[in-house]
Amino acid sequence: MKRFDYLKPKTIEEALSLLNQYGKKAMLIAGGTDVIVMIKQKTMAPDVLISLQGIPGLDQIEYDGTLRIGPMVTHRAIEKSEVIRKEFSALADAVEALGSIQIRNVATIGGNICTAAPSADTASPLLVLGAQAKVKSLKGERTIPIEEFFKGPGETVLKEGEIVTELVIPKPLPFTASAYWKHQRRLALDLPILGVSTLISLNKDTVSCSDMLCASSPISSILHTMEQDELVCKEVRIALGVAAPTPMRAIKAEKLLRGKKISDELLEEVAKTASEEAQPRDSIRGEAWYRRDMIRVLVKRMAMKSIERALRPEETVLPVRLW
Amino acid sequence: MVVKEIIRPVLGTGPTFKFYYCRVRSPSAPFQGDMEENLMVKQTIRFILNGEPVQMEIEPHLTLLQLLREKLELIGTKEGCGMGECGACTVLLDGKTVNSCIFPAMEVDGKSVTTIEGLIDAQGNLHPIQKAFIEYGAIQCGFCTPGMVLSAKALLDENPKPTEDEIRNGIAGNLCRCTGYIQIVQAIKAASGQL
Repeated sequence: MKRFDYLKPKTIEEALSLLNQYGKKAMLIAGGTDVIVMIKQKTMAPDVLISLQGIPGLDQIEYDGTLRIGPMVTHRAIEKSEVIRKEFSALADAVEALGSIQIRNVATIGGNICTAAPSADTASPLLVLGAQAKVKSLKGERTIPIEEFFKGPGETVLKEGEIVTELVIPKPLPFTASAYWKHQRRLALDLPILGVSTLISLNKDTVSCSDMLCASSPISSILHTMEQDELVCKEVRIALGVAAPTPMRAIKAEKLLRGKKISDELLEEVAKTASEEAQPRDSIRGEAWYRRDMIRVLVKRMAMKSIERALRPEETVLPVRLW
Repeated sequence: MVVKEIIRPVLGTGPTFKFYYCRVRSPSAPFQGDMEENLMVKQTIRFILNGEPVQMEIEPHLTLLQLLREKLELIGTKEGCGMGECGACTVLLDGKTVNSCIFPAMEVDGKSVTTIEGLIDAQGNLHPIQKAFIEYGAIQCGFCTPGMVLSAKALLDENPKPTEDEIRNGIAGNLCRCTGYIQIVQAIKAASGQL
């Protein structure tokens, strides 16, 4: 492996000035599960690695309605966070499906988005949750919405000398739930063929979910019965991973559903629109036509999963159970 | 890349292999003396290795696996893929499993590392998980075993009575090409007192 120097600054300011001093020769390293592999594969060759592990406070999860996740929070820590599982389920689904326990113990969420792989598992959940990245440089601070964060495969809008210091997820509307499905060939240690994430806010006041029906029936039959009631989708976000050069929002599909009465036919239509909006490519993991077809299937499933979770907040609705 | 690097392995005359690093600069590249110097500077790390405090000077580019196998000669930890996929190099860092092949050695500073060698007790007895692996035939070639045992230990430390699903989840990051996992799952069940 290529030789490099390894620096461990103690504060963010020190890290910023080191980054400034070494410029292009330096590379930031968080957990290193991508960086070290890329150095081993010779896809990059930094002279200096600047580690963020020594900086206190970057690995905290704070919740007061708004969720603040430090960039150095490991995927394992997110997986174990009760509040993320309950309120920001899509993110919990995503970290559970990422790598192995060994990887999740080390790999960080900041690293995952800054590596900016089109397949980044946390990207599409962060998109539907409306996350914002706080970024620091010697010149000051700025906030980047996650929608604008990714520029291309492996490319972000971060300028030289900038460090992500926090991810902020705003408080969701009432009666909101989200879900993520990683479509993969095996259940662990695989890259996704597709990552599909949805978030739906309902007008739950018109739905009485305490009755028998809601407690036990599958979500498809609930939807069918609810058609007489007004189950309206107040807000919706749909995000797709590996469906374009960067993680993307399916804006047209969202427009179709936002503010409308939810029905089975409408969800079909929305999913179809999302599949037309996507620009998947042929790759070793799947061909474009297959990806497109699976987007159609999975967007509907994830939308239903989100509705199910919003209607049954007290239950843990497992992602592995599609219905 | 301005500085090209060629690494030539040269066989030493003694019983151990030695590696000589030979740096070749492309003619157009300017000389960057300080950078070159900097790369050679060793750094000091202190950590707990299998219960014993260790202080050593290391080259900053080493992975934890290289540190363990090549510098400390603890060769129980294996290198499989070298890319964090197979889990053969699993060690415990502050009780959590990590793939040592892609973990920077510099990051163990101030932490506690447990390798397979550290599972043996003071009297030289194997750990109950190791005994269960032997009893249930959960070993064939044995290459995945150190990592598998450590993943099992991390699982049982956190969840002393795991279900079969939880066991399979817990060892999902460790590939075994021999056993088909059945005996491994049984051994972990047995070690947790459930068989």
